[in-house]
Amino acid sequence: MDLINALVALANFVLVPAIAYGSQLALGALGVTLIYGILRFSNFAHGDTMAFGAMATILVTWLLQSWGVSLGPLPTALLALPFGILATIALLLVTDRTIYRFYRKQKAAPVIFLIVSLGVMFVMNGIVRFIIGPNDQRFSDGARFIIKARDFKNATGLSEGLAFKTSQGITIVTAIVVVAALFWFLNKTRTGKSMRAYSDNEDLALLSGINPERVVMITWIIVAALATTAGVLYGLDKGFKPFTYFQLLLPIFASAIVGGLGNPLGAIAGGFVIAFSEVTITYAFKKVLGYLAPEGLEPSSLVQLLSTDYKFAVSFTILIIVLLFRPTGLFKGKAL
Amino acid sequence: MTMNYKNIALFAIIGVVFILTGMVKGPNAALYLLNLGLISAILALGVNLQWGLAGLLNVGIMGFVALGALSTVLISMPPTTEAIAAGGLRVVVALLIGAATILGAVQLMKRMTPGKSRNLALIGLLVVGFFLFRFLFDPAVSAIESVDSAATGYLGGLGLPVLLAWPMGALMAAGAAWIIGKTALGLRSDYLAIATLGIAEIIIAILKNEDWLSRGVKNVVGIPRPVPYEVDLQASESFLNTAQTFGINDPILASTVFVKLCYTGLFVVVLAILMWLSQQALNSPWGRMMRAIRDNEVAAEAMGKDVTRRHLQIFILGSAICGLAGAMWATMDSTLIPTSYQPLRFTFLIWVMVIIGGSGNNWGAILGGFLILLLWDWGEQLGLWMMEFVTWPLADGVWLKDHLINNAPHMRLMMIGIVLLLILRFSPRGLIPEE
Repeated sequence: MDLINALVALANFVLVPAIAYGSQLALGALGVTLIYGILRFSNFAHGDTMAFGAMATILVTWLLQSWGVSLGPLPTALLALPFGILATIALLLVTDRTIYRFYRKQKAAPVIFLIVSLGVMFVMNGIVRFIIGPNDQRFSDGARFIIKARDFKNATGLSEGLAFKTSQGITIVTAIVVVAALFWFLNKTRTGKSMRAYSDNEDLALLSGINPERVVMITWIIVAALATTAGVLYGLDKGFKPFTYFQLLLPIFASAIVGGLGNPLGAIAGGFVIAFSEVTITYAFKKVLGYLAPEGLEPSSLVQLLSTDYKFAVSFTILIIVLLFRPTGLFKGKAL
Repeated sequence: MTMNYKNIALFAIIGVVFILTGMVKGPNAALYLLNLGLISAILALGVNLQWGLAGLLNVGIMGFVALGALSTVLISMPPTTEAIAAGGLRVVVALLIGAATILGAVQLMKRMTPGKSRNLALIGLLVVGFFLFRFLFDPAVSAIESVDSAATGYLGGLGLPVLLAWPMGALMAAGAAWIIGKTALGLRSDYLAIATLGIAEIIIAILKNEDWLSRGVKNVVGIPRPVPYEVDLQASESFLNTAQTFGINDPILASTVFVKLCYTGLFVVVLAILMWLSQQALNSPWGRMMRAIRDNEVAAEAMGKDVTRRHLQIFILGSAICGLAGAMWATMDSTLIPTSYQPLRFTFLIWVMVIIGGSGNNWGAILGGFLILLLWDWGEQLGLWMMEFVTWPLADGVWLKDHLINNAPHMRLMMIGIVLLLILRFSPRGLIPEE
């Protein structure tokens, strides 16, 4: 019985990765949920928007790296992030102006918007693959770890190490800053309040003089910032590959729906629910239980509930359970 | 379809492009493309049933296609007797226990009154069932996979004629569709899209990882064929003589073309039957009811139609057609390659086919199937030409020119997306609109 080592192993393999992944999902799901709340459709192009933002950031990062600019221990990508966000804002505003606005004027059904977003997804996917190619790209630099497993072992004298990657630390800090800023914006500023009003009741908002086109534009700007940040953080943590961003759609949508579509608080909660379940269910608990079990009763198998290849199945199962028992999500979302 | 000049011209264009393909790439490539076009047309018919007739958004076509492909393996590959002896029975028992656990949980949910005791019983049942399942399943799987894993390492199939796999593929897809439909239909429309997206990813994950079932990433090759083999034809005296009377003296060309024509014949029969059925359905009282539901659910419900049930029905039918097409596809390629299933190719491209062809019109779906397949097939080449044209002022060896030309194949995704957006914007009812 060795509680401390068990806790450290659990933190190292489950808690820290799940918190980082949960933050990335939460940022992605916030974008999806904002679009759903204001523009009232499920945006299938969101994963590829994230990929585009990450790609733009990577290109600027490479440029900065070639100039010899760096942030010391922090990745240069943080410096490039604002430029990536600007590029994504430009892309999304152009997309809205040329494509979505036409259907908004027509008051097209949400399902038509969804199909239009499929077309946008194709184009964005093509742009990303065309510019940067379909392969893995490395762009992280600076220190790899905040706490190294070996240093932790030496400092504490425990047999289990705790590694804390820089990318994980940055993810968590950035997510907290971004979410705090978003909620401050939505709750305290006039524009944010007009956005919430528009989301709650479009007709009433229009009657009170809110300019819908302005609300929509600001939504796209915020979504671009969120998507790019999420995309870059995910890329720093797990590497950039265009196709993985498309695959992120499922856990991101699951997060948004589990939390309640259109509810920002729900999106964050949903992101962490999905991330923690994915990591816990696909983690082999042999080591942790080995420390906890009494002498001689250590498990011989991996004690892994599902292999990591089925992580999509986890987010999907949670999604189905929520749909069956609470279709509006854990926090009350919109019903359409 | 009204036989007007526009529609005839559209189909004629497709015919011309096929002939051009034949002239440029040879008859084999053109016939393969034609067969793929027939499969695409069948897929588009299935999706058109769901979207055009009922307004249901199925974003998991890839999953149903892959299930159909799996059925060809399960039906027609020879059984691996050693593997079955090693763990076949145990796997089946484990799967039955798993199914029984889920059924039991559903019954428990229905029968017991809601409360703490129900929740406890439910969790207890699921936990016990899961561990019992894993206890039986894991050793059986490793026993099966260790049987000559380089050559087999899976249970194999039933060794039956591969044509039986076609209806079986449809049945398996229908079963999966029933599960999805039961949960996601009746909720708002986006949920079905996301649920189907999820099930498709899971089906692919299962095919990739359950080696005992599908050999996973080791792929299954050499699935038996419903048509003769080229080598047999080349050895057959009578075939060569017949070929010579048609003026083909090259035995390899004659045999490969003949095999592809056999597939074409089979696929045309299936497409014709499905087309006839779809047209009947479209113009029957049932079809009119479906369109009434699609156009106004509230009014249809007020008239006493069970909207959710009808939706479930048509969702299952459409998915079954996708499963059938998947089985046909795997039969034609004689392989099951789980890693080849990409959502952009197998789901979203089919969507583009339906929408561009004209949702709600079966002829439109067939036209879209052929048209988009051709665009997809020629897309890489078109992208390359376009890039060569754009970059001709640049000297050879300039970085930008090399980059643009090397990445030109990715142009086709963009091209398909732009075509979809243009059609949605300027001709939202498609090339052959609903009547």
